[in-house]
Amino acid sequence: MKDDQNGKSPIVEMIGITKQFPGVLANDNVDLELFPGEVLALLGENGAGKSTLMNILAGLYRADKGKILIKGEEAEIDSPKDAMKYGIGMVHQNFKLVPTMSVAENVVLGLDSENFVLDLQKVSSRIKEISHHYNLKVDPNSIIWQMSVGEQQRVEILKLIYRGAEVLILDEPTAVLTPQESGELNRIVKQMTGEGKSAIFITHKMDEVMEFSDWVRVLQKGKLVSVVKTEDTSPKELSRMMVGRDVLFRVEKKKATPGEVILELENVKAMNDKGLEALKGISFSLRRGEILGIAGVAGNGQRELTEVITGLHKVTEGRIIIDGKDMTNKSPLDLIKSGVSHIPSDRVAMGIVGDMSVANNLAMKEYRKAPLTQHGILNPGRILEMAKKMISSFMISTPAPYTSVKFLSGGNIQKTILAREIGACSTLLIAAYPARGLDVGATESVRKEMIAERDGGKGVLLVSEDLDELMSVSDRIAVMNEGRIMGIVDSAEADIESLGLMMAGVPMEEGK
Amino acid sequence: MIALLASILAITLRAGTSLIYATIGEIYTERSGILNLGLEGMMLMGAVSAFATVYYTGSLLLALLVAMLTGIILSSIHAFLSITMRANQVVSGLSITLFGTGFASFLGQRLGPESNGHYLIGLIGNKFTPVKIPFLSDLPVLGALFNQDILTYIVYLIIPAAWFFMYKTRAGLNLRAVGESPQTADAMGINVFKVRYIYTILGGTLVALGGAHLSLSYAPGWTDNITGGRGWIVIALVIFSMWNPSRAIWGALLFGGINAIQFRLQATGTTISAPLLNMLPYIVTIVVLVLMTWVETMNKKVGAPAALAVPYMRGEK
Repeated sequence: MKDDQNGKSPIVEMIGITKQFPGVLANDNVDLELFPGEVLALLGENGAGKSTLMNILAGLYRADKGKILIKGEEAEIDSPKDAMKYGIGMVHQNFKLVPTMSVAENVVLGLDSENFVLDLQKVSSRIKEISHHYNLKVDPNSIIWQMSVGEQQRVEILKLIYRGAEVLILDEPTAVLTPQESGELNRIVKQMTGEGKSAIFITHKMDEVMEFSDWVRVLQKGKLVSVVKTEDTSPKELSRMMVGRDVLFRVEKKKATPGEVILELENVKAMNDKGLEALKGISFSLRRGEILGIAGVAGNGQRELTEVITGLHKVTEGRIIIDGKDMTNKSPLDLIKSGVSHIPSDRVAMGIVGDMSVANNLAMKEYRKAPLTQHGILNPGRILEMAKKMISSFMISTPAPYTSVKFLSGGNIQKTILAREIGACSTLLIAAYPARGLDVGATESVRKEMIAERDGGKGVLLVSEDLDELMSVSDRIAVMNEGRIMGIVDSAEADIESLGLMMAGVPMEEGK
Repeated sequence: MIALLASILAITLRAGTSLIYATIGEIYTERSGILNLGLEGMMLMGAVSAFATVYYTGSLLLALLVAMLTGIILSSIHAFLSITMRANQVVSGLSITLFGTGFASFLGQRLGPESNGHYLIGLIGNKFTPVKIPFLSDLPVLGALFNQDILTYIVYLIIPAAWFFMYKTRAGLNLRAVGESPQTADAMGINVFKVRYIYTILGGTLVALGGAHLSLSYAPGWTDNITGGRGWIVIALVIFSMWNPSRAIWGALLFGGINAIQFRLQATGTTISAPLLNMLPYIVTIVVLVLMTWVETMNKKVGAPAALAVPYMRGEK
């Protein structure tokens, strides 16, 4: 058994883990050590094999080769249940919660130790205890689908604590959280490690690695490339290890040269799916050669805003003018024809058809026109040719153009969407959270593409929660809160504090 | 008047019994995420196997067991195709209905005694007869509740038991989770495949029992298409009950009740044509179901299990 400098012995050891998926070697002889009371960050680009490795530890996948030692003894982990027996629990990126059930029901789901006739009262009071101890603020009777993403994540953590987890695996836990919620999560994890539990978290955000973790292990293309103590490294060094080259954190861009107005919203109002007013009179204009950022906590009308502009959502009042024409409540096809492109926030649901090939997904906008279609008949050869060009120019990493797009990693799915939408864009690009969940390399290329579109004389609307991204990429930033625009500022003059205030619902001071 | 009401209630319950068995069975199956459209065929097979057994052995209990076995065999086929082979559940279910309808009819022409030209049609066998419960059966109108056959009495127990099991026990929680989110259930250590097999087969057993009630009690004997499309009505009733066993009773009673009323009407020698009256229970049930389901959806009540008819495969992207 190996010991670290403090004489502690590892609680989890993974030795020589290898896992082959059809066409991809996801893990190639990877080692891992985790010590009690410590947080290990698992860093790597999309598709580097981080999630696979953790799914093996959590019992969802089986390794082809290698072994796992828990407290020094070899462990057979064939199912999540086995993993839980060893005190290992995982919070997945897509939460493993049943949306129609209550917190209490989700917490006891699958637990054999509960009575056959469930005593949910008892469960609830135990949940309240844990919730109180860690200050989680979770109501055991709430129904999952009514909770925010941050709350759902706390339910996941609570579920693992309830089951006696000693090792918490968190798969990109902050990707869906607001800065405040991330801070809260950090606090919870610190409290748990303070009590001797340990955590592994998968991430590609450098600042979080620096802030959260004690150790970092970097994976690249399925291989472990380095192991460092967090205090001995820097974000710059880490990102070099991760992508194998230096990455620009600040995007280089020229000064904007805005042209004529390309998009204008006049007092636009719209309802959300629940019939409540989601947009309460939005007005702004966007010029050619300009990137307008939309900041705000998710759920404040951003989705409805992008959808009314792309024709997916009805406007109840007001007007939307694109390139001088009134496009209010026009169909998505009309908007596509007028050159509006859309990178949707929910990529998998709205951006791709998972079972169709990369090539067909790339052709999904241009297929109506020659040369892809002639006399109403598709030309597969031309589609393939176009796809190959796009795959190489956007550096989409896919085994072949005819691979089903669902087999690609998140970053490559996003690149596929980006390639298609930018290819079809002639007036306006609406991008919702385009870099969410992407690694440093992919984020950089997405941002560069948006700036290139701007410089090509198109208008870009960038919806994001990442204030750093908004401040570095966009030219102006509009802040949304509860369906209203709280203010629009030049990004050169913007500061996080005043943006934060507007996000919280304080309108911009007059005259500023 | 009281006698009329009592007789309508009695027929309603008798007509509703087979529907309730089948509805509860299908609710359990669908709650696990498996859609079984083979109901009609399974009810017919349950009915014919039960009647043939009771004709030759005279044992009602054995007849029920044989019907249940038939249900187990047919639903196992559906389970294998849709769970293990991940076949399209609609296609698999429809094939079972096609097979069951045809095979039941075939058996009805082969299993009979030589004296009847090997036909089962027109034969008389043992049947379940109403068992009066002392005192309770003497109540005005409601007495009809307590003058039923044993299968109907079992229904009184099955409904609350099925509800309690689904909402108050660990196994019920697992079942609901498997139908709503098999990925979650799997991650929580629930064996999705096992759960789906168990409830598809349990559901099929209850469906076949529903069929057996038709040939052993409601319309004792065997005729082709003895179910009269009840298998399809059940599929609508499952939706109407919003996959909640305690609500299965209302749809079944609605169908049974209209049936009872149109019987009464026909008995009084009304001038309305008989085929129209025979259609009535189906039409009214469908219309009410559509309306009710529409209202429920408007109120954003919980709908179908989210993973209904979706095959599960671990590690799928």
